[in-house]
Amino acid sequence: MNASSLPRWIDIGLLPVLNLIAALTVAGVIIAIIGENPFVAMGVMIKGAFVYDGALGYTLFYTTNFIFTGLAVAVAFHAMLFNIGGEGQAMIGGLGVGLVVLFLDSVLPPLLVVILAVPAAAAFGAVWGVIPGWLQARRGSHIVITTIMFNFIASSIMVWLLAGMLMAPGQMSPETRSFADGINLPLVYEVLQMAGFSVSRSPLNLSFVIALLACFGVWYLIWRTKLGYIIRATGHSERATIYAGHDPAKIIMLVMAISGALAGMMSLNEILGVQQRVILNFTSGYGFTGIAVALMGRNHPIGIVLASLLFGALYQGGAELDFEFQTITREMVLMIQGLIILFSGALAYLFMPAVVRIYSSLRKPTGSG
Amino acid sequence: MADLWLQFVLTIDATLRVATPLILCAMAGLFSERSGIIDISLEGKMLMSAFAAASMAALTGSPLLGLAGGILVSVALSLIHGFACVTHKGNQVISGLAINILASGLTVTLGIALFAQGGQTPFLNKSERFTDIVLPFAEQAEHVPVLGTIYKEIISGHNLLVWVALFSVIVTGYVVFRTTFGLRLRAVGEKPEAVDSAGGSVSGLRFQAVIIAGVLCGIAGTYLSTAHGAGFIREMAAGKGYIALAALIFGKWRPVPALLACLMFGFMEALAARLQGVEIPVIGNISTDLILVLPYFLTVILLAGFIGKASPPRSIGVPYIKER
Amino acid sequence: MADKTISKARGDDSSPLAISLDNINKTFGSVRANKDVCLSVVQGTIHGIVGENGAGKSTLVSILYGFYSADSGTVAISGEPVRLRSAADAIAAGIGMVHQHFMLVPNFTVLENIILGHEVGSDLKAGARQAEASLKGITERYGLSVDLQAVVQDLPVGLQQRVEILKALYRGARILILDEPTGVLTPQETEQLFDILGTLKAQGVTILLITHKLKEIMAVTDFVSVMRSGEMVDHLQTAQTNPQQLAQMMVGRPVLLDVGYQAAQAGQAMLNAEHLTVTETSGVTSLSDVSFSVHQGEILGIAGVSGNGQSELLEVLAGIRKITSGTVQIGDRKITAEQPASPSEVKGLGLAHVPEDRHAMGLILPFTAAESAVLGYEYADMMGGRSPILSPAVMAAHCKTLMSSYDVRPAEPSLKSNLFSGGNQQKIVLARELSSQPDILLVGQPTRGVDIGAIEFIHKQLFAMRDKGCAVILVSVELDEIMSLSDRVMVMNEGKSMGIVRKADTDIQEIGLMMAGVTAASPRQQKAR
Repeated sequence: MNASSLPRWIDIGLLPVLNLIAALTVAGVIIAIIGENPFVAMGVMIKGAFVYDGALGYTLFYTTNFIFTGLAVAVAFHAMLFNIGGEGQAMIGGLGVGLVVLFLDSVLPPLLVVILAVPAAAAFGAVWGVIPGWLQARRGSHIVITTIMFNFIASSIMVWLLAGMLMAPGQMSPETRSFADGINLPLVYEVLQMAGFSVSRSPLNLSFVIALLACFGVWYLIWRTKLGYIIRATGHSERATIYAGHDPAKIIMLVMAISGALAGMMSLNEILGVQQRVILNFTSGYGFTGIAVALMGRNHPIGIVLASLLFGALYQGGAELDFEFQTITREMVLMIQGLIILFSGALAYLFMPAVVRIYSSLRKPTGSG
Repeated sequence: MADLWLQFVLTIDATLRVATPLILCAMAGLFSERSGIIDISLEGKMLMSAFAAASMAALTGSPLLGLAGGILVSVALSLIHGFACVTHKGNQVISGLAINILASGLTVTLGIALFAQGGQTPFLNKSERFTDIVLPFAEQAEHVPVLGTIYKEIISGHNLLVWVALFSVIVTGYVVFRTTFGLRLRAVGEKPEAVDSAGGSVSGLRFQAVIIAGVLCGIAGTYLSTAHGAGFIREMAAGKGYIALAALIFGKWRPVPALLACLMFGFMEALAARLQGVEIPVIGNISTDLILVLPYFLTVILLAGFIGKASPPRSIGVPYIKER
Repeated sequence: MADKTISKARGDDSSPLAISLDNINKTFGSVRANKDVCLSVVQGTIHGIVGENGAGKSTLVSILYGFYSADSGTVAISGEPVRLRSAADAIAAGIGMVHQHFMLVPNFTVLENIILGHEVGSDLKAGARQAEASLKGITERYGLSVDLQAVVQDLPVGLQQRVEILKALYRGARILILDEPTGVLTPQETEQLFDILGTLKAQGVTILLITHKLKEIMAVTDFVSVMRSGEMVDHLQTAQTNPQQLAQMMVGRPVLLDVGYQAAQAGQAMLNAEHLTVTETSGVTSLSDVSFSVHQGEILGIAGVSGNGQSELLEVLAGIRKITSGTVQIGDRKITAEQPASPSEVKGLGLAHVPEDRHAMGLILPFTAAESAVLGYEYADMMGGRSPILSPAVMAAHCKTLMSSYDVRPAEPSLKSNLFSGGNQQKIVLARELSSQPDILLVGQPTRGVDIGAIEFIHKQLFAMRDKGCAVILVSVELDEIMSLSDRVMVMNEGKSMGIVRKADTDIQEIGLMMAGVTAASPRQQKAR
């Protein structure tokens, strides 16, 4: 009896939930050890994420980031490529947005600039993804190591530019000047208010819709196109792909371009959505969280939306923890994230033998009787 | 000219200080990866042990207890890595990443709970730290040209852990290439089934390897917070674990070349620190960010096969599953 | 019944037993790999175990070597009951094993490999010196000379196997298990191995030989046990049996060792290869100056010991590997180093390819059968041509058709490819490739890991293709398969063609010598090209 003989609902439903419970339990124990009540903390987080005024908007805002970075990791995973470089790809994507806007916002109408900035985010991210892809496909470098290195290189480039030639005149902090007025993605609360709904202020913007469209796009690509079929084939067996008449090197580069583009589009939400200038470290680890999201979501867009929502709530609720408790900060969320990666990723099948045993002992009497 | 010479000597001295955690982590990675377990969690183990060592030293006043605490915590993380990768045959990269992120979160969370100083530990006094050991006649040697300066500035005045790091290279070289344990360790990273069929325990050897890696990372972390620094600061590992990993690859998984790579990367960092804001004739102001990125950049170039070829142990990253 | 046959096989009840297994059972999931297996091996004899793939031989020896523990049953070595929980236990009990896939660390020296896990002291050098001294005695006693300082990966396969035997003897093995030891050897190397086994036997070593080749059983063993679907069928004295009887026991019904070859009328040449040479990036020449042609309505068999360029030849013809020099001509298209053809282009020229390694190439194991059944045909007409959209419904329907016409069981397109048996997986690949109605068919190891029933089916399909006028190139390491299917045989050795012979004019001995690179085809034969 192994994974493939278990019903789907156990494999993609029960096991991930058990892993999540295990991660949260360990987190709860740590919270208890540092002297707080984990249940109270959880209550605060849930309220902070969903109940308070405007909370949902913030939660969905963070969710948007995670959908992009989660999809980026997942697309690469389908070709069995472990793209740890989402963080760097997002930074460079943001750089792309910044460059387009800073060069054009004085000459072109705002709407046009925004329309150009969106593909720029994707294109810059794609470039930062395709280089490690090329190095793996054509030069045999291990993609995990190269993407790690590319995160550091991207980060240095950002520091160098933002503290150098892109730094706003008269500024002391490493960031660009603000974009011209009107260069931002429409905010959801403004649109809804215009439509007559009363919604409280939040940074949730059009990126959320783009993210959902990207989810559908990824699903369609992977399971409903021949290219997706070839991508999955490459992931399972490069030799079979060559045999079938396709060039795995090209597929690897293409997949890394798509992956990098998705990660790069995360910057739309942060840079074009709320900041309206390029700041340092706007990615704040969302690229890494994308790995947790993809693992929890089992690389399926629906799973990724659900996992992103969970992490969105953790981030927004985590901010609330900062206010409510002396001893708990946002870093608690980082810790929970680490635990989730551990249990949903590295220990994904920790509970499988037990579940298989229980399942087959429950099955037997009905099966034979 | 004399001033330039002193500048150079001081940079070399700084190189050793900066390279110490890199060397320890690279040797840690060497043990782990030679046994077939990818270790990107050098960073997290170092960070966590830096925190543990500083906390322990702050609470007990003893740097040695700090070292013990640092090692203990790092080994505990190693055991988690082993449990995930060896016992449960999980993905080694994912496990390492989880440990890194966990360490980032846990250090600050526990730091606030213990000391309420925003995630830092209290400042450590001299008696709570590993202090510099001034070798005999260092002051007198100052007046001897060249050799004297080298003796005083580079060889003398390092703390115990710097020596431990250098010594660890010799020990690693001996253990991995000159002992029967090393033979088995290398075999298990190349072809685990050979060890299994020869009556050895693949899991046992891999666990020993990750535990040794834990001990070495523990020393590295302790160095950061209680020897090089005077207390724990959040994110104080600052990518050093990854640079050590790069150095290990750069050294093609061999102790001495890895040491040299660590020293080279350490030198770049020391140089960058020294050139910060310095106007150099003709060239002008060099961006230190670009020097600091060199280790990563060079590793990418090396891995791409543009300068030599780095081929890892054959079975690295592959969980050992008995064939049916 | 079992007891009676054991005593019959032993001949003399007083001879001591080296191994005795009693009612061994082992289950993997829902598969009973070993069912109440009993076995008695007389000390100082060569005892063979034969059976088809999946008969449970490998499981049985894995239990004997401590890799798996049996669910139930007892093991006694030299009369002493033992519990074998690990290889270390087996070694301690005096059992040594030569695995089918060598358990050697490729970049270690011979000496390092021999002492691995059995070193003296903790210092490597001192221990190695001591080991060297005691090895000297062993090599002299059994006549197994090998350079102890050589790096294993530089040694030829035959010598690597010798290292494996030395490894076992160094650990004090008195019982030696050899699992399919001749699969990678030339007929001559096989002879040498059998000589060594004879020497070992004379020195009192007990040998358990696992194989599916009946000829080897007849050549060297004293006793033979036959396994079929996890059970011991019978134990016999080799001198009192014959291949036909053994084959029947293995399969459980009378078998045609020959599917019924009938000479065919070959037509025009469909594919011409001239001076084909392939040099790998490592500098190794894997294919060297190979020329041949294959005609409509004939099967050209490519014989050779595994690893002598046959795989490379198939891949070159299929467009997977690039030519270094020479040409392949298919119709008007001349494929050269300068004008290479991709696998899809070659497919367009009317060529289909059943690859040697169906797990890594022919199928994608985690894919459903429906998905695997269109591998390489994603852009074929039945899949909507160049359209980028993939239709699951069309795939499933296509697969269903293939499954019913090639009798794939279970006929369930949504089942994952790895859940089919070897024979049914091969039928899926064959169905996919044959349904493209190729003019030229490349077939590699068509019956490797396939049960006898499916072998018959597959062989009949190949004959049917030939009779429809297809030009078939068949690569197989099973010489018997080559001999029963081919019209002409090309023999390969070290990447070179040793010549092409008409099946009707040759015999196994001649082909064996050609496989070993000893002789080229006789001048009389050369015209067969």
